[in-house]
Amino acid sequence: MMEFLAQGGYAFYIWSCYGLAVVLLAGELVALRRRRRTILAQLGRLRRMHQAEVSHEG
Amino acid sequence: MKFNWFHFSSPATFYGLAGRLTPWFFALALVSGVVALYWGFFETPERLGGSNPQKEYYRIIFVHVGSAWLSMWLYLVLAAWSALGLVFNTRLSYMMAVSVAPTGAIFTFLALVTGAFWGRPSWGTWWDWDPRLTSELILFFLYVGYLALHSAIDDARRADRASALLAIVGLVCVPIIYWSINCPDPNQCAALHQRSSMAEIEGNILFAMLALTFSFWMYSFGTSLLRVRSIIIEREAGTSWVDDQLELEARR
Repeated sequence: MMEFLAQGGYAFYIWSCYGLAVVLLAGELVALRRRRRTILAQLGRLRRMHQAEVSHEG
Repeated sequence: MKFNWFHFSSPATFYGLAGRLTPWFFALALVSGVVALYWGFFETPERLGGSNPQKEYYRIIFVHVGSAWLSMWLYLVLAAWSALGLVFNTRLSYMMAVSVAPTGAIFTFLALVTGAFWGRPSWGTWWDWDPRLTSELILFFLYVGYLALHSAIDDARRADRASALLAIVGLVCVPIIYWSINCPDPNQCAALHQRSSMAEIEGNILFAMLALTFSFWMYSFGTSLLRVRSIIIEREAGTSWVDDQLELEARR
């Protein structure tokens, strides 16, 4: 196991690359999910406000 | 049977289709990514070549080549959606263009950084103004420029058209990257990137490389569809189908 992690002494270079790849790709996914949730919440709030207005007038 | 492609160019239809497809793309990306990494690390030799071998650090090429390929392919996709938008004036084409760009920029950045981490042990330098490195850096600036221009213009339709034009003009960079190998014979000069062909690559290494590239493709499909759903619902807000959709999501 330690031998695998050491990668013949090139651990720093190899794991930096794969670590960065995972961080960037996972980070993008998290950001996308958060953006989607924010938009849905915002639009949902607007819709409820609109419905409240309509029922008020009626 | 006649199939009407323009049926799916309506954002309302495409929103549902994208939502159904996204999980499949992410599942494929995950499975092929795990297979690629297993193969790349456990089924490949520890060193390559004869008198001056590539040691374990060559395993960086799986992520490096995959992300470099995607950086160029996604730029072609970005330019194609931009061209479709300009020709047919379809809103969805522009939305897809904007959705692809951030993922393309991420892969370009990843290709540049992993290249530096590979260059340090193998060439002895993090960076050099080699033609391929330089043109790939320009590609990164093009992605950033496209996104910056798009977000700088408030009116979405004008932003779409202006940045689509920029994307198409920037297309000139892609063939430059592809053919930017200035040394046909390594004995004559010391170019950093040299000509290679798939037939010369060891089978297990090639398989890991292609599997990771496939995984990145599936990931890119997934993220651009996920992103386009947010863009669609944001831009179409106030229409009746978005209201219906919100009601559906609220009930869940």
